Amino acid sequence: MNISPGEFGSATDPGTLTRLRDRLGLAAEAEGLLDVAFTTLDSPVGTLLLAATPKGLLRVAYDIEDHDRVLDTLARQVSPRVLRAPKRLDVAARELDEYFQGQRRSFDLPLDLSLSRGFRLLVQQNLPTIGYGQTRSYRQVAELVGNPKAVRAVGTACATNPLPVVLPCHRVLRSDGTVGGYAGGPAAKTTLLNLEAT
Amino acid sequence: MKQPFEKVVEQHGGTVLRVCRVVLGVHDAEDAWSETFLSAMRAYPDLPDDANAEAWLVTIAHRKAIDVLRARNRQPTPVNDVPEPPTTLGVPGDSDKDGDLWQAVAALPDKQRQAVAYHYVAGLAYAEIAGILGGTTDAARRAAADGIKNLRKNYPGATKEGAPS
Repeated sequence: MNISPGEFGSATDPGTLTRLRDRLGLAAEAEGLLDVAFTTLDSPVGTLLLAATPKGLLRVAYDIEDHDRVLDTLARQVSPRVLRAPKRLDVAARELDEYFQGQRRSFDLPLDLSLSRGFRLLVQQNLPTIGYGQTRSYRQVAELVGNPKAVRAVGTACATNPLPVVLPCHRVLRSDGTVGGYAGGPAAKTTLLNLEAT
Repeated sequence: MKQPFEKVVEQHGGTVLRVCRVVLGVHDAEDAWSETFLSAMRAYPDLPDDANAEAWLVTIAHRKAIDVLRARNRQPTPVNDVPEPPTTLGVPGDSDKDGDLWQAVAALPDKQRQAVAYHYVAGLAYAEIAGILGGTTDAARRAAADGIKNLRKNYPGATKEGAPS
């Protein structure tokens, strides 16, 4: 007789697995096993990946960064205990939604900045001092952090920002006023700048 | 490099659920699945990168299932009239064919049912199954073969061709 997995498995509909996976996320959180929780959020700048440790929001990633690759990197750098578990990201997702609807000008979220070190961390931490709707040049940011010659290093710090949008590297432009590079692509940077200009 | 645990769940969640259903029946399968993946997540950072994740998960599921089977066999005081035990396999609304298969599978001795599940559903090699069940590779192969023989006898829809080796 032919017993195929399909025959035994005729009752394993996708809905059951979805429900079990949701339950696993909640149980893992309750047991303290959920080192990295993630979810995705639809936004005007594409689908965003949001990831958080128990400490706070760890990573915001654009589609073009390849979410699977980003999760692979988090598994390697932080912990392989990575699970889709939207609950931990509820507040972050809500604040980002409000921001994209023009109803929020700054973020009030616990952050986990452990993906950054040294000068890059210093620059990224100072990005929120550039207020909503304002912009600075890379040079001005270098001066802001007390290292006026480190213009290129500021560019690198912005390019490697693990928390784009929340830490507003999109508000840092070239000295000639052109938008410059962006992890989410130049179009996403322009969209955010236009959003904040209205 | 170790992939995110989410990928492990995505790749093996369905197979582990089918294994749990064959070994325990639909009723207890979901709890066994949940406990299996929770235990697996706890141990995951220590799993060698080159380990066979499916065999590892089935091993954990086997231990969880044994706990359930033991609890079932530890049923209380003898009575004169044994009530008909509720079916642990098959769900209302299943087609007759499926229902019959589940009944036949449920009626197998534990070891045969486990060997059938791990070989025919999870696709594990008999050497791996021997590691899970204890005993030799030959004993694992024999348990699966006996299980299939019993299913042929008791499952009316059986055909004689196409059994995977």
